[in-house]
Amino acid sequence: MFFPGEREFIGFDFARGDAMSHFLRRQGWVAGLFVLFVVLFIITRLIQPAYGSGDFGSLVRAVLPYAFAVAAQTVVVIAGGIDLSVAAMMALTSVTAASMMSGASEEYALFVVPFVLAMGFVLGAINGMLIVITRVPDIVVTLATLFVLQGAALLVLDAPGGAAADWLKALISGTVPIPGLPDGIDAWLPKALLLLIVCLCIIWIPLRRSRLGLSIYAIGSSELAAFRSGVPVARTRIIAYALSGLFAAFGGLALTMSTGIGAPIPGPYLLASVAAVVLGGVALGGGKGGLLGPIVAVFVLRLVRTDLTLLAIDPNLTAIIEGAIMVAVVMFGAFITMRSRQS
Amino acid sequence: MSTTAIQPVPFGRRVKRFMADRPLIPLIILLIILVVILQILRPGIVNERWIANTIKFAIPLAILAGCQTMTMLTGGIDLSIGTVATMSAFIMATQVVNQDPAVAFLLAMMPAVLIGLVNGIGVGVFRVHPLIMTLGTSLIGTGCLQVYQRTVIASGARIPDFLAWLGTGLTYGVPNALLLFVPLAALIVFTLSRTGFGRLLYAVGDNERATRLSGVQYWQVITALYVISSVLAGITGLLYIGLIKAPSLSLAEPLVLPSVAAAVIGGTSIFGGRGGYTGTIIGALILTVLTTLLTILQMPEGARRILFGLIVLFVTAAYLRIVEER
Repeated sequence: MFFPGEREFIGFDFARGDAMSHFLRRQGWVAGLFVLFVVLFIITRLIQPAYGSGDFGSLVRAVLPYAFAVAAQTVVVIAGGIDLSVAAMMALTSVTAASMMSGASEEYALFVVPFVLAMGFVLGAINGMLIVITRVPDIVVTLATLFVLQGAALLVLDAPGGAAADWLKALISGTVPIPGLPDGIDAWLPKALLLLIVCLCIIWIPLRRSRLGLSIYAIGSSELAAFRSGVPVARTRIIAYALSGLFAAFGGLALTMSTGIGAPIPGPYLLASVAAVVLGGVALGGGKGGLLGPIVAVFVLRLVRTDLTLLAIDPNLTAIIEGAIMVAVVMFGAFITMRSRQS
Repeated sequence: MSTTAIQPVPFGRRVKRFMADRPLIPLIILLIILVVILQILRPGIVNERWIANTIKFAIPLAILAGCQTMTMLTGGIDLSIGTVATMSAFIMATQVVNQDPAVAFLLAMMPAVLIGLVNGIGVGVFRVHPLIMTLGTSLIGTGCLQVYQRTVIASGARIPDFLAWLGTGLTYGVPNALLLFVPLAALIVFTLSRTGFGRLLYAVGDNERATRLSGVQYWQVITALYVISSVLAGITGLLYIGLIKAPSLSLAEPLVLPSVAAAVIGGTSIFGGRGGYTGTIIGALILTVLTTLLTILQMPEGARRILFGLIVLFVTAAYLRIVEER
């Protein structure tokens, strides 16, 4: 058993071991999460035999803002930081989008979307610059920007309101019609899932393969070593936070898309994002893990919640169970790292 | 040769060095500046009553920031204090209806000890990141509190007279809460600077490996620390319910992030090993005065939050710059 991403960057033992065990070693944690998800899914079907494609679609729609929040947190955590302002950033981008689109034409939304995404990117970059320039610990800087962004969101809209363009709302409802596929399979491909995969892949895959992505991992794993190997530490850190802002803006848009309005009070996304990042096998402290694990983890967490609701368990107990799962998983992960370090 | 020696050091640098040697002085100056601004904006507001009020509201924040200071000295953080304070306050207010106050007090402190113990074991034995561990336990705590609320919804809540007296009462114009706070603060300062336990906290935060190699039982120190932090938070909750007088499920939650800010403004390093409690107390006072100032400016809530965030960031950055350039 290996803790996530432990061997992520050790390419040479590929030649020695066979490909399968290598894959399992590298992706063991993520594979385990997948298995967990499937098991949970089967349990869900057992609890509620009628649980079908439509329910899966609504699960994905509910996951969407969480998934983007998790992606935002993941990038920063891999770079060795933490971003407490994720939820506030989502609130701000969501209200901005909703208030710009309210009363505007459908075409205007074509301008709103890139504008909001750019806003997230820039605000994230400002987060990064503040950390680099002031040399104040990231946790304090993002704590301060949390207040600032929350305040800005309240200035944009002081109560939930605004509107979303119809085509944006349509973007995440329904399924993807793929010609040649039977309807039965088609129904299990919600548009929201496709949107999530496309948005994350477009940014993450090129990043992961680029020099910049490697630099982000490098500064997360050892800032000094990265600096001495000629990695532009300050620039990389700023870009990591900017990407986090971009993902958070996607999350804000997803919120507006799924609710049709914008709400200035941030949801529970900060806590959820940190939990899913840890559960997904990204080491707090940086340099390890990937994006896939946290995304699967967030699906697992939401499905657990669905199951608890289906079992008609008191929703208040759900919070206890979720917290207990989070703590237990993290303890287990830490325990395994400790064991493997000793042996 | 001697000409360089007698050349006077530039005044600016001398001031800077003076402040760097005594990091409390810039903080006190900032506090005074804030009070002066307040007095200019609203002449006559700074009187005895205002001072007593400010102190009353600063004390819960200062104690919670004390929890934060101690955990931060070891390189940790305790985000469960808000939940712990809320839990003990809520349990106290609901249990005192049917129980003896002493029993209610013991019941109220139970979750605090328990959460502290779980935090300490998670961080000290299993080596979980303190941020995650305390966030997780606070999630569990909030859930438990919600379930608990269901069971006592019929019995109602009452604030014990003693807590109301302690939280809001004045004796000769001096807040009664100081009766609790002054010994507590003295104890924390004494523990941190004069006892073995305090030195261990600094040592663990400074260089954990070296501390362990010199024979310190890391997990014992950490477990004790988180239990102490939780118990302090529980006591704060009791004090705070006496001040606010309205038990709710998110009573002390708004104090968590400011408590981190107060400790950081007060000069405690979030990476551990550096800092102290006196700075934190002044940090808590600064934040309380700042909140009053922003309320008095009658800005919209949004603008107030923006300013609060910016000022916290600016103060921390400026303070780090002054202290680090030795």
